[in-house]
This record gives sequence, C-alpha cells and structure tokens, in this order.
Amino acid sequence: MNAAIELECVERRYGERVALAGISATVGEGETLTVLGPNGAGKTTLLRVLATLLRPHGGRARVLGAELPDEAWKVRGNVGLLGHEPLLYRDLSPRENLLYHARLHRVGEERVGELLAAVGMEGRAEEPMRELSRGMVQRVASARAVLHDPPLLLLDEPRAGLDPAAAELLEPLLGRASGRTRVLVTHDVEQGRAEADHVLVLEDGRAA
Amino acid sequence: MTYARGLKPLSIATVVATVVGFALVFFYAPVDADQGFVQKIFYVHVPMAIVALCGFVAGGIMAIKHLRSREPSWDMRSYVAIHMSIILGLGVLITGAIWAKASWGHWWVWDEPVLVSFLVVFLLYCVYYPLRFSIEDPERQARASSVFAIAAGAFVPINFAAVRLAESFTHPRVLSQTGGDLPGEMRLTFLVCLAAMSLLFVTLWKLELTSKHAAMSLKRLRTRLAAAPS
Amino acid sequence: MIRSASAILRKDLRLEARTKESVPAMLLFSVTAFVLFHFGLDRDSLDGELASGVLWVTLLLASVIGVTRLFAAEREQGGIDGLLLSPADRTGLFLAKAAALFVYLALVELVALPAFTLLLLGPGLQPELLLILLLANLGLASVGALVSALASEGRARELVVPLMLLPLLTPLLIAAAGATEPLFSGDGGPEDLGRWLGLLSLYDLVFVLLSVAVFDYLLDD
Repeated sequence: MNAAIELECVERRYGERVALAGISATVGEGETLTVLGPNGAGKTTLLRVLATLLRPHGGRARVLGAELPDEAWKVRGNVGLLGHEPLLYRDLSPRENLLYHARLHRVGEERVGELLAAVGMEGRAEEPMRELSRGMVQRVASARAVLHDPPLLLLDEPRAGLDPAAAELLEPLLGRASGRTRVLVTHDVEQGRAEADHVLVLEDGRAA
Repeated sequence: MTYARGLKPLSIATVVATVVGFALVFFYAPVDADQGFVQKIFYVHVPMAIVALCGFVAGGIMAIKHLRSREPSWDMRSYVAIHMSIILGLGVLITGAIWAKASWGHWWVWDEPVLVSFLVVFLLYCVYYPLRFSIEDPERQARASSVFAIAAGAFVPINFAAVRLAESFTHPRVLSQTGGDLPGEMRLTFLVCLAAMSLLFVTLWKLELTSKHAAMSLKRLRTRLAAAPS
Repeated sequence: MIRSASAILRKDLRLEARTKESVPAMLLFSVTAFVLFHFGLDRDSLDGELASGVLWVTLLLASVIGVTRLFAAEREQGGIDGLLLSPADRTGLFLAKAAALFVYLALVELVALPAFTLLLLGPGLQPELLLILLLANLGLASVGALVSALASEGRARELVVPLMLLPLLTPLLIAAAGATEPLFSGDGGPEDLGRWLGLLSLYDLVFVLLSVAVFDYLLDD
C-alpha cells in the first residue's frame, strides 16, 4: 500500500519560536491519523502544512506522492480542509458558495445539488449563510470540503457545533467509511483513538 | 554571515572622503555670485538625493533577491537600505527647503521637478514602516515588505518622468543649478562630496546590518538556551 | 486561469451587488466632494485645469474606499485559503480583483461624471474623456489591487491603503488631469493629449506587469 503521507522530522518556525519540530509519521491510503494535544501544541499548524498552506522549514514531507514544498501544486485540489473557519462567504447562500468552489475546482455543478442533499441542506440552500445556525454552517462547510472528492481529508474538530443527528449525517462523507485518507484533529480523545490507525500526540510542537 | 568584513577600511575611507569634502566645500569651491554662501548646501543636498534614490532602488533589487531566494538576510539588507534612504530623504527635503528659501525666498517651490518628485517618493516610502509593523508573522512581513520595495522602486523613475513632463509644460525649464554644466572647481567638489555621501551610506548600512545580525544571533541563542532541557 | 478568474470575478460582483459596500460609498463620496468643492472654492462653475483637477482628485480619493474594501471579505471570511487550496492560479485572483475594481470605478464614473457636469462643469463632456477614463481606470485597478493585497496582510489596512495608494497614483493623476485639462477648456491641441496618454499607457504597462509578476510571491508561503 502506498503511503499517502510521509513525514520525517518536519519543522516549522514562527519567527524565532518553534511551532513544529521533529514531527514524523506515516499514513497509508485510506488510513486515519488522529492528532491529539493541548491548545497551542501545533495541531492546526501541522494541518496547514499538510494542506500546503504553510511551507515546512525543515525535514521531509511527502503528501499524496508529492514532495513539499516544491511539488505543492500537485497536492492542491486533492485535499479537503475542514478547519475552524468555514471558508464560506456570509452574504452568499450555501448553493452560491458551493457553486463558486465547484468552479474553482473545475467540478461539475450537479455535484452541488448532490452534496446539498447529502448534508440535508436542500431546504435552506438559498438563504444567506449569515442567517444559518452554527450546525448548518458546519454542514455546508463539510460539503465544501468534499465537493471535489479529495483523496485526503484534513479535519479540525469536524463535529464541533453538530448535534448527534447531523454528525451521523456527515459520517459517510467525512468518516472512516468514506475511504479517504484522513488526518483528524480532535479534543475528544476517546473518539479520536477509536477511529485511528495511527495516533500522534503533540505538545509544544513536538511529539510527546 | 560576515557583514563586518571590510568595515574598517570602509570607515576610514568614509572619514577621509568626508573630511576632504568638507575642506573643498569651505575652502576650494567658489562662492556663488547670486546665492552667496548658502548655495554650498547644494553639495550636501544633491549627493544626499542621489544616494537616497540609489538606496531605494537598491532596496528594491535586494527585495527581488529576497523573494527569489527566501533568505531573510536579503530582506534585512533591503530593510536597512530603505530605512536609511528614508532618513536621507528627510535630509534632502530639509536641505532643499533651506536652499529654496535662500535662492527663491520661499521654503518650498514647485518649480524644481526633482525636489517635487522627491517629496512624492518620500511620502510613498513613509508607508514602509506602518506596512511592515502591522504584520506580525515575520515571514509574511518580510514578503509584503519586499513586494512593496519592488513596486516602490519601479515607481521612482516613472514618478520622476511624470513630474518632469508636467513641469515642462507649465514651467519651461530654465537651466537649473542641478544641471550638468558645472565649472571645474565646483565639479570636483561635487564629485568628492558625492563619493563621501555614498561611502557614508554604505558604511552605515554595513554597520547597522552587523549590529542587527548580532542582536538576532543573541536572541536566537537565548531562545535556544531557554528551550533546552535543564 | 481565465476560468478561475471569471469565477472569482462573478463571486465578487455578486457579493458587491448584495452587500453594496463599495460602489455606493464611492459614489456618495464623489458627489459630496463636488458639493464641498463648490463651497470651498466658492465657485459656481469650473473649467480648464481647475475642473480637471477637482474631478481627478475626487475620483482618486473615492477609489481609496473601493481599494480598502477589495480584499476585506477574503481576509475576514477566510476566502484566501479556499482559493489557495484549489488548483486555481494565484494570478487569476489578481486579475479578478483588478477587474472587479475596474467595474466599480466604471459604475461610479457613470454617475459621478454627469453629476460633475451638472454641478460644477462649465464646458460639456467630450468623447475623448472616455479614452482617458479607460486608461486611468486600468492603472487604478491594477495598482489598487496590488495595494489592497499588500495592505490586507496586516492589521492597519485602513491606514496603509491611502498612504500607499495616493503617492503611487501621482503620475496617473498628473497624466489624467493633464490630458483632461484641454478638454475642459477648449484650447490645447491633440498633440498634448497624445503625450499624456503615452505617459498613462506607460504607467499602466509597468504596473500591470509588475503586479502580475509579484502577486504570486505575495500569496505564497
């Protein structure tokens, strides 16, 4: 099985401060890596490095067969990021937001309708995002994250703000059953460990 | 990174050139018939302007190097060059005002396209500090500053061309004192002063870089010491 | 690249049509400025260089509003990340933003110019003005997009935009006002216009090329 993610002593600095240091991990295709740790440990930074939004300053990183940072362009469009920010425009409707992302990713517009139904937002698809509840926003954001059918999912507290019914609804899209390689950041240690093929615990930017 | 290399001979050369320059200005160059003694400020004003402009352009070139290599050292070089040119620029405006007052009786004249262009350039570069220091992430700060330095560096020649064009329509140019026809004694004095100013700039640039580099190394060592398991 | 640029442009125009944050403010500012100039200069009608100057300075100051808001939604709502994660070209973002600003400026001028003619202008508008406006808007749009992106990196956007934009626009102002002056006064031959248009075109060329070249570096990390 090919490794979807290979990290070797990855380093990332923020000025003089070390955000990540000596991070190593290997994640096979379809596997789940759970990242645990206190706030400020570097979990979000790691996610952003994997997403190619940040360059690694040291070590080696291969994501989906591409060396970062030089081949980062190969990764773009193959990653779905669901972070703290929904990355949705508050004055546009769910449908308009998803259509925009579909065009950016060169995905057919029918996918938008499919996903809106899959996350149960068909009924409210035309209202501006600012009028929707936190849970609904999270659902639309999840739809955005998988719109382009990415082989790699980067999830930062994906169940935050969701009631159990909604969480169940999103399971086939974001969960183990989706078959995608996943990196999951969560504070729910039990759930995180239950879903994981690998676990990485971070503390002050290093593996604890 | 040995910024300090060559600092000693440079400093000596600067001191020598400055002293010689001063001597020439006060004892060698003739006193101007129209403007009197104050005209001698020209020997400070114009070299300052030329060096400042070169400093801005050099800052832009170093910024290009920084963007391409991602080496923070180039950003530091660019920053110091621009920072010093801004200070020199202030000097240009002040000496320009003094000269204007002495020659034309006003503290500011719009007739001198070089001075006017300089004002615009100076105003532009003043935004360098708020831009830099409004960005916290050191990498993004450096990158944004470099992008600005390149745009501003490209702007300098265009601005000079535009202002000159504007002035040539409204105020047909009379032979200016900053023009090329200088009698021999004035030319020599001017060239020496230009050399002195350039040397001063490069010396101070190296000096500031050395000191900044030392400060950063110290900080880095301190951080490492604090982080090391005791 | 064109496809992603047009997707971004459509999104921006839709957002502007819905939130109406830039264009009405720029328009209102312009008309108010004309009224202020009437009182400040104590003149019922302007012509020649005074008219040209008032018009262009007002337009430039109004553009500050649009430039400040241009990247605001991206920064505040994380739109940049969404874009960076897609295969879309970063240069496409610049083109889209510059095009959006161009559209906003055109819309503002569509109303501001008749307002100006009504309120302050002695002689009438002439068709050559359109060419000057076109070239000026092009320069304004590309410089504005670059400045907006730069200023949006930091916390002091509202301060940095006018401080950076206005000096950079000085050559544009000189050329545009210089070209417009004879149109507002009746004298001055076509050769004058040519020279100013030449300067405007040069300015546009340099800044469009420059902005496109550096923009990639600005967004990269």
